[in-house]
Amino acid sequence: MLDGYLAGLENFLVAAYQTFEHDVLIIGAGGAGLRAAIEASAAGVTVGLVSKSLLGKAHTVMAEGGVAAAMGNVDDRDNWRVHFADTMRGGQYLNRPRMAELHAKEAPERVHELEAWGAVFDRTKDGRILQRNFGGHKYPRLAHVGDRTGLEMIRTLQDHGIHQGIDVHMEICILALLKEGDRVVGAFGYDRERGRFKIYRAKAVVLATGGIGKAYKITSNSWDCTGDGHSLAYHAGAELIDMEYVQFHPTGMVWPPSVRGMLVTEGVRGEGGILTNKEGKRFMFDFIPDNYKTQTADNEEEGWRYTQGDKNARRPPELLTRDHVARCIVREIKEGRGSPHGGVFLDISWIKQKISGGEEHIKRKLPSMYHQFKALGDIDITREPMEVGPTTHYIMGGIHVDADTQMSTVLGLFAAGECAAGINGANRLGGNSLSDLLVFGKRAGEYAAAFAKENSLGAIDQQQIEQVTRRALEPFERSANPQSEGPYQVQKHLQEVMQHDVGIVRREEEMQHALEEIGKLWERAGQVGITGTRDFNPGWHTALDLKHLLTVSEAITRSALERKESRGAQFRDDYPDKDDAFAKVNTIISRDAEGTMQTRLESIPEMPDYLKKVIEEMK
Amino acid sequence: MSAATFKIWRGDTKGGAFEDYTTEVSEGMVVLDAVHDIQSTQANDLACRWNCKAGKCGSCSAEVNGMPKLMCMARLSDLPLDKPITVEPIKAFPIVKDLITDVSWNFRVKKKIKKFKPRAPDAADGTWRMAQEDIDRVQEFRKCIECFLCQDVCHVLRDHRKHDEFIGPRFLIYVAALEMHPLDTENRIPELREAQGIGYCNITKCCTKVCPENIQITDNGIIPLKERVVDQYYDPVAKLLRRFGSKKNV
Ligand SMILES: Cc1cc2nc3c(=O)[nH]c(=O)nc-3n(C[C@H](O)[C@H](O)[C@H](O)COP(=O)(O)OP(=O)(O)OC[C@H]3O[C@@H](n4cnc5c(N)ncnc54)[C@H](O)[C@@H]3O)c2cc1C
Ligand code: SF4
Ligand code: SF4
Ligand code: FES
Repeated sequence: MLDGYLAGLENFLVAAYQTFEHDVLIIGAGGAGLRAAIEASAAGVTVGLVSKSLLGKAHTVMAEGGVAAAMGNVDDRDNWRVHFADTMRGGQYLNRPRMAELHAKEAPERVHELEAWGAVFDRTKDGRILQRNFGGHKYPRLAHVGDRTGLEMIRTLQDHGIHQGIDVHMEICILALLKEGDRVVGAFGYDRERGRFKIYRAKAVVLATGGIGKAYKITSNSWDCTGDGHSLAYHAGAELIDMEYVQFHPTGMVWPPSVRGMLVTEGVRGEGGILTNKEGKRFMFDFIPDNYKTQTADNEEEGWRYTQGDKNARRPPELLTRDHVARCIVREIKEGRGSPHGGVFLDISWIKQKISGGEEHIKRKLPSMYHQFKALGDIDITREPMEVGPTTHYIMGGIHVDADTQMSTVLGLFAAGECAAGINGANRLGGNSLSDLLVFGKRAGEYAAAFAKENSLGAIDQQQIEQVTRRALEPFERSANPQSEGPYQVQKHLQEVMQHDVGIVRREEEMQHALEEIGKLWERAGQVGITGTRDFNPGWHTALDLKHLLTVSEAITRSALERKESRGAQFRDDYPDKDDAFAKVNTIISRDAEGTMQTRLESIPEMPDYLKKVIEEMK
Repeated sequence: MSAATFKIWRGDTKGGAFEDYTTEVSEGMVVLDAVHDIQSTQANDLACRWNCKAGKCGSCSAEVNGMPKLMCMARLSDLPLDKPITVEPIKAFPIVKDLITDVSWNFRVKKKIKKFKPRAPDAADGTWRMAQEDIDRVQEFRKCIECFLCQDVCHVLRDHRKHDEFIGPRFLIYVAALEMHPLDTENRIPELREAQGIGYCNITKCCTKVCPENIQITDNGIIPLKERVVDQYYDPVAKLLRRFGSKKNV
């Protein structure tokens, strides 16, 4: 009888839900997802690519400064070894060494490949790809197109990808991964346009859903950065690592309020921009950490020469790692030396004293920045300084993956890009994300295709689908209840809690408070009500995203509590120093059988001798 | 803080009407902020697309007081707030709901344009050499964020609905970027004249006026393409040269 019921239900579901079958399903169409899709389809398997937004609009489009790859076009002393050592130093050696190695070795080829697919990077005088300076990179390393590198990259991948036979499903939001036993066998979601549910069956699934910035109030991230991949993987039983490591970019806009958090690219500092406080002092010279002393200029003249390509000069302190610069800015503001709207000054206009035609030079090198300040803040950056302050930008933590294959701890589930973790450790260097997307996007696509070739489609758990569907539709039923609140209020409250309690400077009591609040917010999220229909209803979509935002917020907070020290992007007021006990461990988040979030520490894999040697040589 | 009234078009394929919403105005606010405020406090189901809120993704196109604009870059301080601000969807594509239109036609059109086909690498390591001055023009076209505002104002699409015969300014400069790419070896001129309908463009320059990226769509893109079409079809000398030399240098 039960069999008959299930068969009936199955027929009903198949009729109710459109079902797609692909060998490899890729969730997310940013740089990582697109690169994975291209690689998987080149391996001869069928590929489906789903994305919450339209093709080409993913967050990757916003990336500005460039893609890091040790091509050595501008300074031939650069090579993968230097890039590897820089990445490890920047990540405070919490990075997975194998990932940092693969990344440094493979990035140049991945960038050249983009050129073969039509990308048009800025050029050196001898016609090769131009590379620019960026924080934490020893040599000019970032291939770029003005300050719109992300657009160039996503458009190149998109325009190449559409001719590769990939099935693109736009404006589809995945709600859950489908499992058969221990293995992921597909995904379940809805189309934003009409709210119809869809089943995607696949032999292998790649998550490439990007970041979590929308868990915070002040962020440079776009709306789709709600941590969906982190959360989907976690709820499917995969481990997350390094979740305490959220990167606060030192320079976001602070004024006017409507653009607060919007990114001001590090490229401004790479081109010679300086940070000053209200007394006009270049405060960064006062705070150069010991492990960077030998590499950092100790006077303004040398710093300027570095930005202009003098190979014998050392970098100015404005180009120290992001975690450090962000904290220095916070200190200036806290100690009353900030700018009128609660930031500090970033000045590029001063370079007019140094270069003739400086105004045109600035506009040419930083066109989007010029435009952004002019259009949104009534500020002409060629004439006056900008006001900047830290903004939530990137998460180093994410899905725990195998370095070579990008498979998560769940069979058949792969991850790449910002939602995966390991390459960046405690802090990411600028430019290392776009290269990460290419290197590990490719690898995820390649190994997911290989996995798909060795496995067949799994069975779909109808009960799971029924449950997800029911949950997803509940908010409509609750709208009749006059007590029910809207999803935006819950989202906003969460963003404030995370901003205040789990931000740049962290403390035990505040984070415990955040956990309590998150607990209450889980309850409120389960009670929100929605008006309107299932047709393109942003309120409903926001309600469904809450689960992901809450999951990642809880993971960040629990991991940050676990790491009782300050290292890289995590700064704890109550443990202001590094502690050797945490020097060689990553935090791991997992879900136990009861569905509770568990935290533990795990040793970082030992670095092989040849890599240790590289680190030694580059000290 | 002052308040402003927004008349926002609400509806779907079956029809719709403008509805009034009033919201507070704060310094620096853009139209998209107002739409978000209205969404979060008055109409959770008010549909609009956006991603970056920084003028970089081209998702939030709409007509504000009748002018095609990115909502995230449309400052309220540039609008007369003593009168209601109208916000409605773009007109060149079928409506889905509220401020959202079905722009999928654009993605289908792009797929039909022949892809980039580079010449053999210049160097033994598989890389190419290009001079900056030879790529400036292509980089200008590649600034396009695919907001489709130019498609919206082009009368060939907006008024004459020639979607089956004309690819619109966005894709004309897409073709231009490929044709003027120093490494490309493909020839897209025959389609341009026929299936892609470049002849429909009568150089009104409306597209250039609305482009948020300030791309000189008409002068730098469409007109040179029209010249290439003329060359290839009616200029026997150019045609002959092209047969023996690189088309890029003609
Ligand atoms: C303003 C800014 C500037 C930056 N500049 C640089 C730079 O110069 N250099 C650098 O290296 N890095 C830079 N970064 C970081 C870098 O841009 C990002 O880390 C990177 O683009 C992330 O790419 P991704 O492919 O992992 O994800 P994304 O590009 O974020 O794409 C995620 C995709 O997943 C989809 N998605 C998400 N959830 C779901 C779901 N539930 N169902 C279906 N689809 C879903 C989204 O729609 C989207 O298509 C910058 C970041 C910002 C914010
Ligand atoms: S110039 Fe041509 S493409 Fe542009 S709007 Fe006018 S007719 Fe359309
Ligand atoms: S050419 Fe300009 S107006 Fe047209 S789609 Fe591109 S950015 Fe938008
Ligand atoms: S939201 Fe991206 S351009 Fe407006």
